[in-house]
Amino acid sequence: MAEILRLDPIRCDGHGMCAELLPELIALDDWGYPIITRGPIPDRLLDHARRAVDVCPVLALRLRHTSTTHGAAAVPTPAGAGGR
Amino acid sequence: MSTQILWFATRGAGVVSLLLFTAVVGLGVMASVRWQARHWPRFLTAEVHRSIALLSVVFLALHVVTAVIDPFTSLGWISALVPFASSYRPLWLGLGVVSLDLLLAVVATSLLRARIGPRAWRAIHWTAYASWPIALAHGIGTGSDASAPWMLGVDAACLGIVATAVAWRLLAGRRSADLPAVVASLGRGTFEKPGALR
Ligand code: SF4
Repeated sequence: MAEILRLDPIRCDGHGMCAELLPELIALDDWGYPIITRGPIPDRLLDHARRAVDVCPVLALRLRHTSTTHGAAAVPTPAGAGGR
Repeated sequence: MSTQILWFATRGAGVVSLLLFTAVVGLGVMASVRWQARHWPRFLTAEVHRSIALLSVVFLALHVVTAVIDPFTSLGWISALVPFASSYRPLWLGLGVVSLDLLLAVVATSLLRARIGPRAWRAIHWTAYASWPIALAHGIGTGSDASAPWMLGVDAACLGIVATAVAWRLLAGRRSADLPAVVASLGRGTFEKPGALR
């Protein structure tokens, strides 16, 4: 069972700490809001992902189980994908 | 003799708790004003805040438990957990208990944060600002070393740190969290980040 990162863009207030802890999967857009790489989290990054989830002060970042990679691909793109 | 050891433990753990909680308040403020430096990323502030908070709970537990089991004090668990229930120095001891109870709420909600949600967690977390000065008053009012010069120095230093932190927070809040800024950030949340809607 794979895990994916899920961002609640309404809750997120751009603290950016998640990106400090998981730069492999989380980039920040021009306003400091995270852009999260889609898809299941590689095993080697799971602990870092948990730590990133823990550090978010507004609980905007969550780990979610997905049974198939197909499910992971269906995650909506968070935070405007960095454009504009 | 063992009674004395318990008493020393109570006193020592009380002072250490004050020092640690002072650090926790300072780090909490640093996290909330989003301070960072070149070699000190923000996640570090948040994580050290949490680690020292848990450590200080250990010392606080030691402070309370040794005071209660010390046969000389005959306090009992009720007076350690119910404010002003103690017959011994009810006011000063009661303040310590109030501070302890507030802190237990802060710790419990922090541990259950994912379940109760960030709003309730935040609301309860604010009481930490009340818990700290009440604890200081408890120490000044009933601490065995309260009038020792070194203890007065510790009190003054801790008070200075927390007062500075609170002032910092108030000033930072005025700049970044006044109404227009809040409105602006709400607007940003809905208008500048349309990705979720696309
Ligand atoms: S998800 Fe949390 S930690 Fe990451 S940028 Fe948003 S508020 Fe900050």
